[in-house]
Amino acid sequence: MINSSTDSVKKLNLINRRMFITGSLKFLVMVGLVSRLFFLQVKENKKYLTLSDKNRIREWKLAPVRGEITDYFGNTIAGNFEAYQLHIIPEQVEDFRYVIYRVKDLLEMSDKEFRKVLKKKNEIKPWETLIVSDNLSWKKFSKINNHLYDLNGVKPVISISRNYPFKENFTHVVGYVSQANENDIENSEIIKKNFVPGLKVGKVGLEKSFEDKLLGTNDIERYEVNAYGRRINQLEFQKGEKGKSLKLTIDSEVQKLTNELLKEKAGSICVMDIYTGAVIAMHSSPSFDPNLFVFGIGQDDWQLIRNNPMKPLVNKTLQGTYSPGSTIKPIVALSALENGIINNNFAVNCRGHKNPLELYGQTYHCWKKEGHGFMNLRNAMKQSCDTYFYEVARKLGVDRLSETAKKFGLGKEVFGDLFNIEKKGLIPNTMWKKNALGQSWLLGETIITGIGQGYIQTTPIQLCLMTAQIGNGGYKIYPKIIADDENSVSQIDKFTPLYKDSRNIKIVQDAMFASTNEVRGTSYRSRIDDPKYQFAGKTGTAQVKKITEKDRELDLKTFEIPYEERDHALYVAYGPYKNPRYALSILVEHGGNGSTTAAPMAKKLFKKIIDRDLLRQSMNKKKYLEI
Amino acid sequence: MYQHTRLSNNSFGFFQKFRNFDYILLACILLLGFISLATMYSTDGGNILFHTKSHFVKLVVFTIMMLIFSFINIKFWFSIGYLSYLIVIALLIWTYFFGIKSSGSQRWMDLYFINLQPSELMKICIILCLAKYFHRMKLENVNSIYTILTSLIIIILPMGLVIVQPDLGTSLLIAISGVAVIWFAGINHKYFIYTIMGFLISLPFIISFLKPYQKLRVLTFLNPDRDPLGAGYQIIQSKIAVGSGGIFGKGFLKGTQSYLEFLPEKHTDFIFTLFSEEFGFVGSATLLIIYAVIIYRIISIGISSRSYFAKIFCYSFGAAMFVYITINMSMVLGLLPIVGSPLPIMSYGGSSMLATMIGFGVVMSAKVHSQQAIA
Repeated sequence: MINSSTDSVKKLNLINRRMFITGSLKFLVMVGLVSRLFFLQVKENKKYLTLSDKNRIREWKLAPVRGEITDYFGNTIAGNFEAYQLHIIPEQVEDFRYVIYRVKDLLEMSDKEFRKVLKKKNEIKPWETLIVSDNLSWKKFSKINNHLYDLNGVKPVISISRNYPFKENFTHVVGYVSQANENDIENSEIIKKNFVPGLKVGKVGLEKSFEDKLLGTNDIERYEVNAYGRRINQLEFQKGEKGKSLKLTIDSEVQKLTNELLKEKAGSICVMDIYTGAVIAMHSSPSFDPNLFVFGIGQDDWQLIRNNPMKPLVNKTLQGTYSPGSTIKPIVALSALENGIINNNFAVNCRGHKNPLELYGQTYHCWKKEGHGFMNLRNAMKQSCDTYFYEVARKLGVDRLSETAKKFGLGKEVFGDLFNIEKKGLIPNTMWKKNALGQSWLLGETIITGIGQGYIQTTPIQLCLMTAQIGNGGYKIYPKIIADDENSVSQIDKFTPLYKDSRNIKIVQDAMFASTNEVRGTSYRSRIDDPKYQFAGKTGTAQVKKITEKDRELDLKTFEIPYEERDHALYVAYGPYKNPRYALSILVEHGGNGSTTAAPMAKKLFKKIIDRDLLRQSMNKKKYLEI
Repeated sequence: MYQHTRLSNNSFGFFQKFRNFDYILLACILLLGFISLATMYSTDGGNILFHTKSHFVKLVVFTIMMLIFSFINIKFWFSIGYLSYLIVIALLIWTYFFGIKSSGSQRWMDLYFINLQPSELMKICIILCLAKYFHRMKLENVNSIYTILTSLIIIILPMGLVIVQPDLGTSLLIAISGVAVIWFAGINHKYFIYTIMGFLISLPFIISFLKPYQKLRVLTFLNPDRDPLGAGYQIIQSKIAVGSGGIFGKGFLKGTQSYLEFLPEKHTDFIFTLFSEEFGFVGSATLLIIYAVIIYRIISIGISSRSYFAKIFCYSFGAAMFVYITINMSMVLGLLPIVGSPLPIMSYGGSSMLATMIGFGVVMSAKVHSQQAIA
């Protein structure tokens, strides 16, 4: 008993000792747990709170509403319209197969489209929106609406999309929008920032150049979501800003006329205000309907545009470089006058094809077989005598010519970096040839440069600017296409004279007047006698290939020559002559002859432009009054 | 005084027993029950749905059962020590052959009105069994090879039966319960040190024997970010929930992590996470204090118990409880790899609650019959 009791005392001592050890351990562990809790919940609270919010809050961005583009009178050129769309949230549909087949029948979808939709459905989560169609016709849209009673979960939606009411009329000015691709996102910070799937961004033209201004900012919806990404409730809706709208200087009536005039032809027309530089119309033909691109162009339409031999995708006004032909003659004349090479009475005898100008074994023909006889400046310009200008160019030299030509805006981009597609053209001089081709300049090349052939290349918009600066009396202007462009820096050398003696400009102007309004002038048949509309111009016919002796003998009519070998027809003009305001340039690719193809268009155009002028000026006045 | 108690010892009146109740322990258990109910209500999204109802019923039934158990003389619990162990072993074997399969393991047996998880009961029965085994043993015999081997067999047999289910977590908890008894029984502390050292040395080999999913858990524990949406998801989300709770929590029924279903297993093993998110550091610390008070009361009942059996049971049960709580919390706080271990009373699950309540019942019985000696 004593033994056992001492044993149990020992046992009790042991167990109590061990209990004490365990108890202390427990206390330490408990302190550890509490400090861990303190660390997580108090010290690191901010970090985990952020993580928790990141978990539960998700943002949905909606596509921003794009700013509109209007013409000078406020007509919408690129606007937004309500696109009728059909959405389905698969999760909310009881019998998806039934509904989707029903929708297929109602919308008369092709099997290909249908498969596409089914494929899209498999790629998204069941609670995400499936866009069955993004641009329904009103007819189909109302049909769906009529059948909604047995289409559970189908949602007809009206969403905002781009639309170009003038269709092909403005394509080469405004461009078009289409779904943003990786390149677009990569190259633009603002697109990256506002990107949502299906966002449409400018691809060419002003839509691209002014992307940053037009795009606007996203609407942002903040939702609380659960672990599976399902939206539980909306926390916030942040309205985005609509893109800024853009007002152009273009008059859509004139623009429409340019489209009519160049219908079925390849070419370009541009019209410019000779004082403000405002572009009134700018068209490159053929054009295409930009609306085709908004929802992604179909393969057939795309092939049709791509394979058109007249190249609708090329903006001929800015990208097309052509030999200016005789339209360069006013500059040649002006340069010679300015440099004192010739005076008003300088005369050359044009003796026709039998006695061409000969130089180092090369012959240089005038266009007129019989020759013009003795020509002074005014007559040579009026009748566009090549022989006269060969002689003038020979005496002037290409370097002095190129200097004047560059002064008047040839050989460099008219709009600066506004359009990234714009070409510089080429105004050659001796230095250029040495650098670019490594050869020295030949005198013969000077001679053909005098009639706008050879290396010289200009774009239609450059010719228009050149004419405008002759028309306004020889003052520098800066062309613009955006009406209220606050960003444009005030040009310091605006209206600085480009001449040494204003009388020289007068002489050239007078010669151009004669060319259009006097008998035997090359565009005499396209004249308007009413001084209100009377204009002065210069025709041009740019050779596409060298004329051989054989051609000269055959002397074929335009329609007898294959299309690609026909000459380009050009015409530049400004008017009204008494009180000039507008200049234009017309180019018809392979149009044959400047005086028969291009000049008649100018007649129609000037009628329209001058008629619209009154309205335009009243708009201006109104603007000033408002200020 | 001594005389009086000695005399009244044999004729314990009902009211006497009632007076001997440990009311602090009872109050803590009831408070814990109430908190667990509220938390369960929150996991159901603020509605009284299946889990809340079921948890409530279990809580009421098992609390009443505990109270009844506390009136049963501690002698009785001593007497069924071996028997209960054998019964649960039999149940485990039954489960091994006829148990219900669910999510890759076979842990439950179908008792028609309740699906019982015998491995949970084993946590308590192994303590009863070993406590009885050591009750009458002389101290010099405790460290004999025979005793050590027997007690090891008693521990390893159920462990093996549970591991094959497979359920590593519970089998570890059973082992810890058993080892706690051996520790308090007085087996030489050198053995423990050797075992721990041996375990640490053989750890790499043990890991190579682990199942792929268990290895993954260990790897995930070491670096949860290696697969944040897969294996590391649970622990990352759990830490986010706890950490975002802050000092005062997001408020009752406002835990976004649980509401938006970011939390896995929020009814069972991860219930503390939800509680912690909604009630913050203050709430969590309070919950820990309640647990601490419960364990403290269990130990002090052990101290005041006259019989060695009651003492060793109380100490071991207190230690085991502490380990369950610690392992569960460490797991959800990212201090231990994820092993399936419920938080006593708080977690949803009948068997676990049954086992815990039986334990409380025996402890309470020890308190009520604290002057009862066992021959």
